Amino acid sequence: MRFHLSEEQVAIQDAVRGTLGDCWGMEQLHKFAGGDDDFDPASWETLMSLGIGGLALPESEGGAGLGLLDAALVCEVAGEKAAPGPLIGQILTAIAVANCSDAETRNLLPRIASGELVSTLALDSDLVQSARAAHLFLTDDGAGGLRLIEAGDGVTIEAVIATDRSRPVSRVQFGDVAVHPICAAGDPLVQRIRDAALVLIAADALGGAQHCTDISVDYAKERTQFGQPIGRFQGLKHQLAQMALDVEPSRALVWYAAYAWDANLPDATRAAAMAKAHLCEVYTRTTRAAIASHGGIGYTWEYGLNYWFRRSVYDRAWLASPAQHRARAAELAGW
Amino acid sequence: MDLSYGAEAEAFRKEVRVFLTESWQPGERRGSELKQFAGDFRRSAIDRGYLYRSVPKRYGGSEQPVDVIRAQVIREEFGKARAPMEVGGNGVNMTVPTLLEKGTDEQKDLFIQRTIEGEYIWGQGYSEPGSGSDLASVRTKGELSPDGTKWIINGQKIWTSQGMQSTHMFMLVRTEPDAAKHDGITYLLMDLDQPGVTRRPIRQMTGEEGAHTFCEFFFDNAEAPVAWQVGERGQGWYVSRTTLKHERASIGSADGLGSQFRKLVELAQEMGRIGDPLVRDRLAEIEGRVLSHRYTSFRLFSCAAAGEDPGRVHLMMKLLLTEIGHDVALLAQDLIGEAGMIEPAGAGGRGPRGPRGPNKWLDQIMGSLGNSIAGGASNIQRNIIGERGLGLPRDLAMAAEK
Ligand SMILES: Cc1cc2nc3c(=O)[nH]c(=O)nc-3n(C[C@H](O)[C@H](O)[C@H](O)COP(=O)(O)OP(=O)(O)OC[C@H]3O[C@@H](n4cnc5c(N)ncnc54)[C@H](O)[C@@H]3O)c2cc1C
Repeated sequence: MRFHLSEEQVAIQDAVRGTLGDCWGMEQLHKFAGGDDDFDPASWETLMSLGIGGLALPESEGGAGLGLLDAALVCEVAGEKAAPGPLIGQILTAIAVANCSDAETRNLLPRIASGELVSTLALDSDLVQSARAAHLFLTDDGAGGLRLIEAGDGVTIEAVIATDRSRPVSRVQFGDVAVHPICAAGDPLVQRIRDAALVLIAADALGGAQHCTDISVDYAKERTQFGQPIGRFQGLKHQLAQMALDVEPSRALVWYAAYAWDANLPDATRAAAMAKAHLCEVYTRTTRAAIASHGGIGYTWEYGLNYWFRRSVYDRAWLASPAQHRARAAELAGW
Repeated sequence: MDLSYGAEAEAFRKEVRVFLTESWQPGERRGSELKQFAGDFRRSAIDRGYLYRSVPKRYGGSEQPVDVIRAQVIREEFGKARAPMEVGGNGVNMTVPTLLEKGTDEQKDLFIQRTIEGEYIWGQGYSEPGSGSDLASVRTKGELSPDGTKWIINGQKIWTSQGMQSTHMFMLVRTEPDAAKHDGITYLLMDLDQPGVTRRPIRQMTGEEGAHTFCEFFFDNAEAPVAWQVGERGQGWYVSRTTLKHERASIGSADGLGSQFRKLVELAQEMGRIGDPLVRDRLAEIEGRVLSHRYTSFRLFSCAAAGEDPGRVHLMMKLLLTEIGHDVALLAQDLIGEAGMIEPAGAGGRGPRGPRGPNKWLDQIMGSLGNSIAGGASNIQRNIIGERGLGLPRDLAMAAEK
């Protein structure tokens, strides 16, 4: 019986946190948000040099032999830092390709795992993150199977002004494109990939919500009004306690969903839906509460809290809303 | 992560199951016959090391090494077999661990065995009319008798759960009126069967009255031997804070919450509302919190088994449970609809069978309110999370108090 992080897992999170911290702070976030790019090669290379592309692949495939849980821990840190780049798409693509039986598609795996080929998720929506930088799009085949589409001919990319400045999207249309098949409709891999996507989005939301809570608590210790730190005022203190109460217990929901996926438990699909629904609600509530708890500074662009708020908008809408996943969870429970 | 308990625990589970199959066959026994049978069963369960594991053998326990996983396996298997477990209540949960940690040999000899055998039932004498959240302000007065052998107690305690059944009370009493607030309190044990003690049941909002409600106690020159004082004179506040280590980590409350949630789903089915998208949405939303609580219980349990500190999350469990209870109550109230206008027979624990029908949920609907008060009001929990958990500065009023 073990249901808390191992030393190794804590070390992975610390390593990613440290590495991202060095190359992705508020300064870079502001610069990126103000620019035209939808991808940041420097932070991507740094993350990929840690082996994150292949984290969840077996060692026989040149991966780290870890699981979705470990990938979720990395996505949690990415959420905390509002990191750019299609990390979730990359990890999912690596898992999908490693589990596909098409030899030609599988040949791409080393270059996906290393991060040399950037792959983004284009499922259920034509709004796609880092579309201009991506080499590959992980998408459905129109009949319920999965495939990879190569960037280039047949892929039309239309710029939009993205709400989430840390993960800019574009509108993408696929015409006559070059395709690498992954699996056909009915293959269990399709559901596995969809479930994994929800778990990783939930992890991103968890990291973001935790970050917003932490900086709100720190601010409440520093900022003074009426001659004392505002964190002494019980009204605010209780709001902060309520944020922590919302975030901290829901961490275990993400762990469980990832564990259920790794162990292929019968409730893995439902656990993923519950985690996505719950964590995205938490993220929305927490970013709102964080901005309110900061006063005027929280409402500025400069302070940067808005990047997490915007990210919460993305996570919430991505691959269907909390209410839609609750409806699925109700269905899956046989209610 | 791995939610299996491991081969060693599963082998142990088999052993417990065999014991239960052999020893817990109450059959048609009822009343005193059943009571006798349960008593004998408990004794053999103690002999096997299954109950009162942290209590030394000389005080009637089974004195086992701390092992939260075994303790959990025992709870699960006893629960499934509906076999009697530890008697529970304040005595086993609070008095016994406090005495084990801070009591004298004489106190342990006098009280522990009789408490775990259910002979002594303990009331918690903390709250007073003027002291609730601000517990350290207690005013019930204790003065030494002229010969120095007894504490003479005058004052009042209130909201004492199980007060009508209690044979004894552990209580906080002000013995040093001139000392600073927290340093003037002594922790005493008292026999409630004496002329200086008057008790009165207080009718609860659930309608409960008589034997099963909380009570108030009046002390008019009541007596407690000085030998029954736990810890040093004036140090009672700190005795009452004694953290209860032992095998407290369990997923018991999560199991209880889980079965309450399943009943809520059943209620929605019985009332023909389960197809209503709004009801389904609220159920799934509540379940998100129920599962967060459940998996966090696993987390705490896992940390306890590994001897690691789980961090601030353990400070949140009471408030989390309370809030989920409110969510459940609100949905249940919607679901029972008009049935809620009729109080069921046997509500609030009255009557032998307990209430039937959808309106039996009134017990949960009202009872959930008690959770936001008893054992530390929700605002106090928020203070604890904010100050001890998040490191926010203490409230000036409380930081400045003497
Ligand atoms: C069902 C039940 C069983 C109980 N059983 C027992 C028992 O067996 N033994 C026993 O000793 N006691 C028992 N109690 C009493 C319980 O511990 C107290 O009621 C509780 O601690 C609150 O104290 P109070 O009632 O004096 O309310 P108060 O302390 O007066 O609180 C009233 C309100 O003020 C708020 N408040 C108080 N202080 C603060 C603060 N610093 N910051 C913010 N808000 C604050 C509270 O949150 C609450 O909402 C029981 C209570 C109930 C409801």
